Amino acid sequence: MDIVLGQLFTGLSIGSILLLVALGLAIIYGSMGVINLAHGEFVMLGAYSTWLLQSAFGLPFLACLVLVFFMVAFAGWVVERGVVRFLYYRPLDTILATWGIGIILQQAVRLSAGAELRYVQTPEALAGSIDLLGIAIPSYRLFILAVTAGLLLLTWFLVQHTEFGMKLRAVTQNREMASCYGINSSRVFSLTFAFGSGLAGLAGALVAPIKSVAPDMGTNFVVDAFMVVVVGGVGSLLGTVASSGILGGSTAGLAFLLNDTLAKALVFLAVVVLIRFRPRGLFVDRVRR
Amino acid sequence: MTITRRSFIKSTAIAGAAGAVGFPHIWIKDSGLAWAAGNEIKVGVLFSLTGTTAVVEKSLHNATLMAIDEINKAGGINGMKITPVVEDPASDPATFADKANKLVLNDRCVSVFGSYTSASRKAVLPVFEKRKNLYWYPTLYEGRECSKDVMYTGAVPNQQQKDFIPWLVKNHGKKFYLIGSNYIYPKEENNVCKILLQQLGGEVVGEEYVPLGHSEFGSVLNKFRETKPDVIFSTVVGDSVIALHKQYKAAGFTPDKMPMASLTTSEVEIAAMGGEYAAGHYTSAPYFMSHQSPENQKFVENYQKRYGKDAVTHFVSEPAYFQIYLFRQAVEKLGKGDITPINIRDAAGGLEIMAPQGRVKVDPDNLHCYLWPKIAQAQADGQFKVIEQSAEWVKPEPYWAYPGQSCTKDGLKGA
Repeated sequence: MDIVLGQLFTGLSIGSILLLVALGLAIIYGSMGVINLAHGEFVMLGAYSTWLLQSAFGLPFLACLVLVFFMVAFAGWVVERGVVRFLYYRPLDTILATWGIGIILQQAVRLSAGAELRYVQTPEALAGSIDLLGIAIPSYRLFILAVTAGLLLLTWFLVQHTEFGMKLRAVTQNREMASCYGINSSRVFSLTFAFGSGLAGLAGALVAPIKSVAPDMGTNFVVDAFMVVVVGGVGSLLGTVASSGILGGSTAGLAFLLNDTLAKALVFLAVVVLIRFRPRGLFVDRVRR
Repeated sequence: MTITRRSFIKSTAIAGAAGAVGFPHIWIKDSGLAWAAGNEIKVGVLFSLTGTTAVVEKSLHNATLMAIDEINKAGGINGMKITPVVEDPASDPATFADKANKLVLNDRCVSVFGSYTSASRKAVLPVFEKRKNLYWYPTLYEGRECSKDVMYTGAVPNQQQKDFIPWLVKNHGKKFYLIGSNYIYPKEENNVCKILLQQLGGEVVGEEYVPLGHSEFGSVLNKFRETKPDVIFSTVVGDSVIALHKQYKAAGFTPDKMPMASLTTSEVEIAAMGGEYAAGHYTSAPYFMSHQSPENQKFVENYQKRYGKDAVTHFVSEPAYFQIYLFRQAVEKLGKGDITPINIRDAAGGLEIMAPQGRVKVDPDNLHCYLWPKIAQAQADGQFKVIEQSAEWVKPEPYWAYPGQSCTKDGLKGA
């Protein structure tokens, strides 16, 4: 019983990390149609920013989180203004351009911060584990779970219940028509891209204490994030949540029953089969494009 | 005359043949051109400075260059300077082979020092065997190789495990969980571990391999919880080591009840995870930075003077350093005209030098080294504390787990 509960929690935790990493991508891809291959590098930038703030300025972890969000959001905003906005009608070129940006960011970090692995401290209060229903649960993972839920709510609120969100939805549905009604669509896109990047940065900051911080850490994350978005269905927040849960749970379960290598392969196989029969993912949005 | 493709090919072929007759030394290997030309001996330095394994390889590169500088400052080898030719193979095995070819053919290096991963060593092996050149490989590795054109200065499984496993069984218990990264090295090491455990009446309660770069150990940790091993025997490498240690601690495990015993966790990984996550776990290797010896004191001091006070030395950078001194001693025995890769190899067989880890010796049969295995426990300050040191140097047996097979002067026997 303990093991089943422990395993359930592990699945939940893996799912929450997946969701955390995929959320920013889902927003950018879902509303702007931009396939941002530099997403993993924004996650990496977030992790490095945390390391910098912590080691050079001695800031507490929670303060780092807030700052990192804005730092990486700014980086995202610069990328959107500088490159991506010229490519909205050339989706294939966006893929290439963002991939290139990713490589540049990776090498820039390697040159400036060094190639060695960096170390981000877990906040003291969250370092241990707590007993819940008879199983030891790492407090930090619980913390990630809570933050992810909070960010999800925030994003949902932002998109559904604010003026900005309304404009974003309008632009997503039909950019030309929205512009005709006086919505500054390029500003909406810049801010959306910045928000998505900021979320990625936050994800990087949050996973840094339990994983390693290295210039190429983003590569694995971007693959996972795309898998989540593709399975969930583009443009569906609910789909992103559901698919993170499903992928996290099945990865954890299979890894426990078999091993991590096989689990990864089987999950990929399942995704391939799913895409074959439901090419638009589990939750298809009804937006006309 | 119009040039058709056929006539062009023909005339080039004739020109080529004429060239071959006219300038024989271009075509006939080793004739006329001495390996040690003028007052310098060229050697290749082939460690990745970019790419995924650059972090560790940079430290090997640094240790190599430092040793070369030290030797040159002390007068070189019989008055000749060692000139390093540096190439960056970018963590890519195919590039390793290309660069090795360049170092051997274009630069006419008499030896090349390089490689960290087994994949890159396997990639350059054909180059050195075909060109009869000599490769010096400093990494501890899985054994089961018997090349006559490679000098192996790192440990093989029998050297790391023969004392370690009995010690773990005696002090912590007989139930082992084997966890490694998914490639050849962990599998071969685990083979050796299983044989040793069987002899000692131990038990393997789990054996598992995670993908390279894996960073999510939740399920693995649950398996530890379920199977309750006495020892976790880890051959996980790279970034994964850090994730494993951090998540292990966060899950509430403690090393006094269920220590991780590793062959791959060094001072480098501990610096990247923070000492408190490593404290209490064990590693077995021939060298630790904290080892007390005059040679090591000098090595660490010079290294930190050169590369900064935070720079760490570890069980791969130490062989990268001392193998240059082996090279010097071997070349010293040769006359200037006799310096060839093959002669250096033959002169190196049986050589002994004082390395930072202790006195090491090259086994003349299998070209691996006699080393001094140590068992050490990681401390919160990021260093290891050596708990046990082997009473004598341990002979390298690259085919230890394969009875009937052995690496001899004439190559592999009994395969």
